[in-house]
Amino acid sequence: MGILDHHKKIETHATLLLVLSFLVVTIGGIVQIVPLFYLDNTIEKVEGMRPYSPLEIKGREIYLREGCYVCHSQMIRPMRDEVERYGHYSLAAESMYDHPFQWGSKRTGPDLARLGGRYSDDWHVQHMMDPRAVVPESIMPSYGFMMDRVLTRTDAEHVRDIMRVYRTLGHPYTDEMMENAITDFFAQVDEFGDPVADRYPGAQQRNFDGQPQLTEMDAIIAYMQMLGTLVDFETFVPVANR
Amino acid sequence: MWDYIKLAVLGLVVVVAAIAASMARDLPYLVHMLVIMLASAVTLIWLIRRVGEPVPAANPNEYMDGPIRFGVIATALWGVVGFLVGVIIAFQLAWPNLNFEWAQGYLNFGRLRPLHTSAVIFAFGGNALIASAFYVVQRTSAARLWGGGLAWFVFWGYQLFIVMAATGYVLGSTQGNEYAEPEWLTDLWLTIVWVAFLLVFMGTIIKRREPHIYVANWFYMAFIVTVAMLHLINNLAIPVSLLGSKSVPVWSGVQSAMIQWWYGHNAVGFFLTAGFLGMMYYFIPKQAERPVYSYKLSIMHFWALIFLYIWAGPHHLHYTALPDWAQTLGMTFSIMLWMPSWGGMINGLMTLSGAWDKLRTDPIIRMMVVAVGFYGMATFEGPMMSIKAVNSLSHYTDWTIGHVHSGALGWNGMITFGMLYYLVPKLWQRQGLYSLRLVSWHFWLATIGIVLYAASMWVTGIMEGLMWREVDAQGFLVNSFADTVAAKFPMYVVRGLGGTLFLLGAIIMCYNLWKTVTSTAERSPARAGSAVPAE
Repeated sequence: MGILDHHKKIETHATLLLVLSFLVVTIGGIVQIVPLFYLDNTIEKVEGMRPYSPLEIKGREIYLREGCYVCHSQMIRPMRDEVERYGHYSLAAESMYDHPFQWGSKRTGPDLARLGGRYSDDWHVQHMMDPRAVVPESIMPSYGFMMDRVLTRTDAEHVRDIMRVYRTLGHPYTDEMMENAITDFFAQVDEFGDPVADRYPGAQQRNFDGQPQLTEMDAIIAYMQMLGTLVDFETFVPVANR
Repeated sequence: MWDYIKLAVLGLVVVVAAIAASMARDLPYLVHMLVIMLASAVTLIWLIRRVGEPVPAANPNEYMDGPIRFGVIATALWGVVGFLVGVIIAFQLAWPNLNFEWAQGYLNFGRLRPLHTSAVIFAFGGNALIASAFYVVQRTSAARLWGGGLAWFVFWGYQLFIVMAATGYVLGSTQGNEYAEPEWLTDLWLTIVWVAFLLVFMGTIIKRREPHIYVANWFYMAFIVTVAMLHLINNLAIPVSLLGSKSVPVWSGVQSAMIQWWYGHNAVGFFLTAGFLGMMYYFIPKQAERPVYSYKLSIMHFWALIFLYIWAGPHHLHYTALPDWAQTLGMTFSIMLWMPSWGGMINGLMTLSGAWDKLRTDPIIRMMVVAVGFYGMATFEGPMMSIKAVNSLSHYTDWTIGHVHSGALGWNGMITFGMLYYLVPKLWQRQGLYSLRLVSWHFWLATIGIVLYAASMWVTGIMEGLMWREVDAQGFLVNSFADTVAAKFPMYVVRGLGGTLFLLGAIIMCYNLWKTVTSTAERSPARAGSAVPAE
């Protein structure tokens, strides 16, 4: 093993050892990550994807804050049972506006990628208040406190600030969306308010939690009810070479 | 002069943190600023009291063991905390009422789980790595730690990082990336501490008095530099406001998934493997009083391991929306990774050739050997689970949780316990441990705990995987999701029990180490000018 004798040069030279190890560990990442940013077929071209509405952003923030992703995935794999149980397999395009992705790694609870429209708002309220009231086998914690946490203008402004960062990162928020961010935040729980769907096609607008005031429960249900509902699968054609 | 600059900077930090706290936009940020303010105020007062006092010059021929002693204590304490939170959340999954009504917004499973993972990986594992790296690099380089007080900064800075991360989780400050949950402020602080860690480590190696850099240090070095790279790239984020805890990670969707698991799997690969292999390469030969089995094998498996590990990330994303080519690459490299992993296992186990009899008499070496055994088992199970066909069943199930724990409890836990039992008598100049019988008790409690844990998770994992995909003759799904949850209950109780045994063992260890320091005879003073190389 003559070649190993040359290792003496490396192991007697600290900087050389450091630089070489660093170079060796960069390779894998470069090969696997960089192409994802320029290969055209990484993210499918689909109809219907749009950035999140202000209230949906708030709902998603709550989803992250409570660590929902540690028990729920948002990624349906293309196997028979999963498609049967959860719906069409998930596309890369469907999480293109997710910073960061929420595909998850564990299903202690079921997948949520296509939760939208599956249950009524009332069911969701009941389920969040006391999961075992509607699913006796459930081991999910209760989230009743969300009913009491009223969202204020400060929360709306915070969401607008998040939208500003999203815009810097390339999400197609128009000037009109930015200007109306705060009104849209409140309007989405008011059936007779300014139609949010004009700016965010397909956005659902109603009083989600049945309480007069806007609460975290409204926001989380607004988010859950839109999950997986955006892409128009009638116009979707899978690409073979992906 | 230097003292006054330090005082001025600390005073400035206290004031800025106080102002930022008063203008905080959210609770986690407020708490973090108060923590920073308190930490810098305490340091400030401590420094002021010492200004002008004559500083005893450090003997350059003596090892610097102060931060290591603290590191050992921190490792044991954070270990118990991390295991305890683990036991709590294990029972929360069995009995959901343990998500107490009164603590809903703070102590629900979703918030405690990141607390558990970070406490065991970064607080327990991280402190073990930093302390052992400082110990090993001095002994194998025959040099005192470089950088004067910088090693103290690394220790206390790292504890501050842990406190900020932990309070953040309970208060709901998270980036939403597993194992990379801390927000931008905490991430920035960790970056500073980590760079200081790298400097102390490299500085000590550069001034070494041994011509060769010992193999344990290769692994420590690769671990430190790779973790720096992963941490920086995965946590790139834009703060929403400088007065709030929230930031938006720059990566989204499929790229974010790939980068996250490139990070996540190599947190396993470099934090929990390369770093701990460094530990193995020093403490097993020392405890067995035998040289490392094969020098050539260590060269080959070192380079192969660090090269191959970094590719394995996509096996966490099989059959997802990640493009197929990346999944296939991830699977291929994960399977290849089996070889260098077992290279390390063979090198560790075979170091005992000629000393196998010690397994009978020395419970510490028994612990280390079982650790390497679990390492071998987990690094066989991992490549197997990364095969797409296997993964289609195992992914999203408890099997993954079982796999992680046979590595974390078996390999990382046991080798760290072995290291602590080795280090405490040395660092506190004791003649030996307080009780070897208690070490044996710890060994058996921990081993039985791991077996209960891993076995119950295999059963639930494979069971739920099969139940999810079961279809009847008409092609309908047989089980609702709720059926699979209900079926797992008994195994969740067994798992919690296994965790309890493991925790109990760790508490016994703490008692044993405490008694070792406080009530065993002191060793005769070390020889003068005692910087003797280890090998």
